[in-house]
Amino acid sequence: MALLQITSPHLRGTNRTASVMQWVLLATLPGFVALIWFFGWGVLINVAWAVLLAIGAEATVLRLRKRPVMFYLSDYSALVTAVLLGLALPPFTPWWVTAVGVLFAIVISKQLYGGLGSNPFNPAMVGYALLLVSFPVEMTTHWATPSTLAVQPDFLQTLTYIFTGGGVNIDGVTMATPLDTYKHQVDILTREELTQLPVFGQHVALGWEWVNLGFLAGGLALLWRKIITWHIPVSMLLSLTACSLIIGWDPDQYTPVSIHLLSGATMLGAFFIATDPVTAATSRLGKLYYGAGIGILVYIIRTWGGYPDAVAFAVLLMNFAAPFLDHYTKPRTYGHRKAHRGIKKAD
Amino acid sequence: MRQTWDFHGGIHPPENKTQSTQQSIRKAGIPQYLYLPLSQHIGQPAAPVVAIGQQVKKGDMIAEAVGPVSVPVHAPTSGTVIAIEDHQVPHPSGLTDSCIVIETDGLDEWKECIPCENYEELEPAEILERVRQAGIAGLGGAGFPTAIKLHPPRNDKVNSLILNAAECEPYITADDMLMRERAHEVIGGLEIMAFILQPEECLIGIEDNKPEAVAALREAAKDTQIEIVVIPTKYPSGGEKQLIKILTGLEVPNGHIPADIGVMCQNVGTSAAVYRAIRHGEPLVSRITTVTGEAVEQPANFETLLGTPLSFLLNQAGFNAAKASRVLMGGPMMGFALTSTDIPVVKTTNCLLAATQKEFPEPPPEQPCIRCGMCAEACPAELLPQQLFWFAKAQEFEKAEMHNLFDCIECGACSYVCPSSIPLVQYYRYSKSQIRIARLDQEKSDKARERFEFRQTRLQREQEEKEAKRKARAEAAAKAQAARAAEAQAAEDPKKAAVAEAVKRAQAKRQQQAAPEVDLAELESNVQKAKDKLTKVEASLQQAEAEQSDMAEKLRNAVAKNRDRLAFAEQALADARKQSSDTSTTASSASLPAQDSEQLQRSIKRQEDKIATLQNAINDTRNSDPDRANQLQPTLDKSLARLAELKAALGATAPDTPEEQAGPDLEQLQSQVDKAKDKLAMMQGMLEEAQAEDPVDDAKVSKLTRAVEKNHERLAAAEKSLKNAKQQAQQIPGQAKSSPEELEALRNNIDKARDKLVMMQGMLEEAQAESPTDESKIAKLTRAVEKNQERLKAAETAYQNAGGESVDIVN
Ligand code: SF4
Ligand code: SF4
Repeated sequence: MALLQITSPHLRGTNRTASVMQWVLLATLPGFVALIWFFGWGVLINVAWAVLLAIGAEATVLRLRKRPVMFYLSDYSALVTAVLLGLALPPFTPWWVTAVGVLFAIVISKQLYGGLGSNPFNPAMVGYALLLVSFPVEMTTHWATPSTLAVQPDFLQTLTYIFTGGGVNIDGVTMATPLDTYKHQVDILTREELTQLPVFGQHVALGWEWVNLGFLAGGLALLWRKIITWHIPVSMLLSLTACSLIIGWDPDQYTPVSIHLLSGATMLGAFFIATDPVTAATSRLGKLYYGAGIGILVYIIRTWGGYPDAVAFAVLLMNFAAPFLDHYTKPRTYGHRKAHRGIKKAD
Repeated sequence: MRQTWDFHGGIHPPENKTQSTQQSIRKAGIPQYLYLPLSQHIGQPAAPVVAIGQQVKKGDMIAEAVGPVSVPVHAPTSGTVIAIEDHQVPHPSGLTDSCIVIETDGLDEWKECIPCENYEELEPAEILERVRQAGIAGLGGAGFPTAIKLHPPRNDKVNSLILNAAECEPYITADDMLMRERAHEVIGGLEIMAFILQPEECLIGIEDNKPEAVAALREAAKDTQIEIVVIPTKYPSGGEKQLIKILTGLEVPNGHIPADIGVMCQNVGTSAAVYRAIRHGEPLVSRITTVTGEAVEQPANFETLLGTPLSFLLNQAGFNAAKASRVLMGGPMMGFALTSTDIPVVKTTNCLLAATQKEFPEPPPEQPCIRCGMCAEACPAELLPQQLFWFAKAQEFEKAEMHNLFDCIECGACSYVCPSSIPLVQYYRYSKSQIRIARLDQEKSDKARERFEFRQTRLQREQEEKEAKRKARAEAAAKAQAARAAEAQAAEDPKKAAVAEAVKRAQAKRQQQAAPEVDLAELESNVQKAKDKLTKVEASLQQAEAEQSDMAEKLRNAVAKNRDRLAFAEQALADARKQSSDTSTTASSASLPAQDSEQLQRSIKRQEDKIATLQNAINDTRNSDPDRANQLQPTLDKSLARLAELKAALGATAPDTPEEQAGPDLEQLQSQVDKAKDKLAMMQGMLEEAQAEDPVDDAKVSKLTRAVEKNHERLAAAEKSLKNAKQQAQQIPGQAKSSPEELEALRNNIDKARDKLVMMQGMLEEAQAESPTDESKIAKLTRAVEKNQERLKAAETAYQNAGGESVDIVN
């Protein structure tokens, strides 16, 4: 009999980081499928390519840092980063653009900061933001035309285009996103005229509403599995809604709330990106502030900024604020009259 | 239904309780040897009251309580005390502690117990004493003496008496089974405690996973005021603070005990033990212990004699050593793994958990914290476990403390939920112990500093006292010296007497100079005298005129002159008065003598004129008018006397004659010596200070050292000249005793030596206290102390040889 000297607790829950990450991956599926359905094979190719690159980059860096490769790879965190970045990219993104984004995300913004848990900024969003400022043309104009409006190139054609730049007349299969369209056309057209545009489809924004509902469903699954808490998504969506109702109440001047909520990367951002635990605020109150801040920033950047979507910048900006938020939103400990906040010494 | 509250966080680990509730409570039996630790409770260990070889009966006290926070130990069965020795005791680190070893005789013979049918006849204090004498200490885990807990400090009123029947840890069922089978004992004990405390409400908090126990309690508590509150199952609802929150909605404030908010929690087992102690008079000699886990064949609850070796108890349950991977004392969440099964059951042993590898696999390797916040969601103390973990890892203990590390109850909920399987509680234990160590160190160094500062002030005070004494002695010695010198001079040498006279005169004069009032008096008398004279001369003139004498003309001149003189004297007096009223007395006193002598000279001049006039008048009238000449003669005589007086006065103001110098010289020298001494003492003080404060500031120290040396020299020179002067002045041959100054100097030597000795002793003590291992330092200091002792002795001998009275040795 070997009596082990292990201190309490001797019992552990079944929760593992890997299973947390697996659940996140699984929860992206509805939105993922909707994306492929409406915007073609390019989405799948992007994600697959990003995943390959991410695993290769992570393994290489781990080897260079002399860390156990399989141990860290099996936490699935690189996979999550790659999938989230891949989902955010336009379907006809050239392979080298994706590569730059993924390598930057994994090598610079994750591993060079010390790997999982130590990175202050969401790696996927760092990669995305880098691409957005470096390759604005590829990142903003190459969003695919929804499949219900035009015949999509098949898998091989798409693959060829992504890796060689040939085989597809890109102008024929791409168009601006609903967010972009509304923002730029609202000066010339009325709301009625705008909603007649094919890109807005019958409901809110052709295809996009389904993609967003898909991510919403996945997010609810994460909530149900207690992988994430409600605080960040709810406060983010609420603040975005509040902004678009208060500031943008007039749909003849501003993008209406329905398009804000159900197009672009809103739901993906709310449930999958903003909730990245490593870079978000951690206390309950801090999460509420954090989410609200993202919602407000998303609205501001979408409305007055130069980019069609804003989730990446909003998240990165709030990443800055997260440690500060945590400092000032510490919960009140049992038996203490009030919470000890800030950096003052306790009395 | 009573309102209940929820506490933050908590977890729902698999309960695994049914395994051990299949059988009713079994008797564990009597092992051959019992090992009874003297310290099974919080507080002072009990002290043995049995001798080796002594026969004891079941329930006999074998160790008595020492001090208030302590409880006695009793023999769990009859047998013989065979040893009182160190034996391994239940402790996470496998400590040994002194135990009484009893070899049992298998008879299990009770001592005579005194039952009590009706406890309400007893005084509460009597009940408390019986509880204490029964050796009851909290059976829930901590082992705090129950009698003390039942007597809250400041007699705080207990509003809610709570019986903690939650038993929230997985696997453990000891309380559950006790309640199922002996509910009346549990309720009875609670009633006794309620009788002592007279609370407003009496609650039993029990989780809803023990329906049988709830039913049994309800049945037993039918006719009582006791309220049984069934609460949702959630770990750690059995934590004292959490249960209080659930049942009362109150939180125990940070740094307080439940009694401060009028709540008291007692454990189910404790309650039953109190009942047995009061009702049956039985001390605490056994307890119910759960033996469970997959490595035992028949998990069950055992009524176990205290002191039973764990191996014996495990074997009763069919322990399979081959299957066991760890044996825990306590539950899986807060219990600790044993290093050996060769240790005894104690009053707080509620569970033995023999687990297999499959049951409790080794913890998976720690992964990075992903700040998922699940730990914070689970923490019942509402801490931020992940922050605490970061701080612990970065050794930022101060920050951890600021994040209320010490409010962590080490429940393990955070570790349980952590997806990265970080052993969080282990980090917290480590941080806590580090902080405690740092605090101890801090306390130690604070104490050392206090000691040092205290010593410094003491030394300073002593120094000041000595200085004052020294001054007083020096003054007394100087006085005695002066008196003796005067006596000797008066008796032995007229010349010396004259010197003394001169000294006295000079002193008087100095006093005069220093005091303008004296001068004024003189001037006033001058004025008076002048007036008298004028009156007389005027009278003579009138007479002469009446007689038609030619003297009249001369007398008229004399009157005029005397009038002038009076006016002058009055003027001088007025001046002097004005000057003396000036605040600048030093200036006036300094200028006065000069003015004085000038005045006197003028007076003398005038007096001489007058005398000359008078003599002429007398000579003139002698022949013509002898009567008139005779009349004038006394006036002349008076004038002559007055002249002599004035001359004498003038002589006194004149520069000191060489004859008179000896006296002031001695005085002056004496004061010089005193001054030099003072200055030297000051310099030495400064030097010491500088050395103490800034031992590295060599420049300053050496400067001061030089200054001290110079002052030494000066003092020596001053003393030498004083001595010379004295010898000259006194010339008393063969003086047996040393002069008071010399004695004084010797006396000072002693003082100094003593100061130094005290300092060295202080340093030695300090060194011994602070670095007892630094032998070379201590040896050095010891030698220094010895040397200083010798020096002190030498100084004392020198003093006594010189004729000083024996010295009272302080220390
Ligand atoms: S549960 Fe573990 S991984 Fe999650 S925040 Fe807490 S310590 Fe970090
Ligand atoms: S062990 Fe401490 S930090 Fe962890 S859950 Fe329990 S009280 Fe909170």
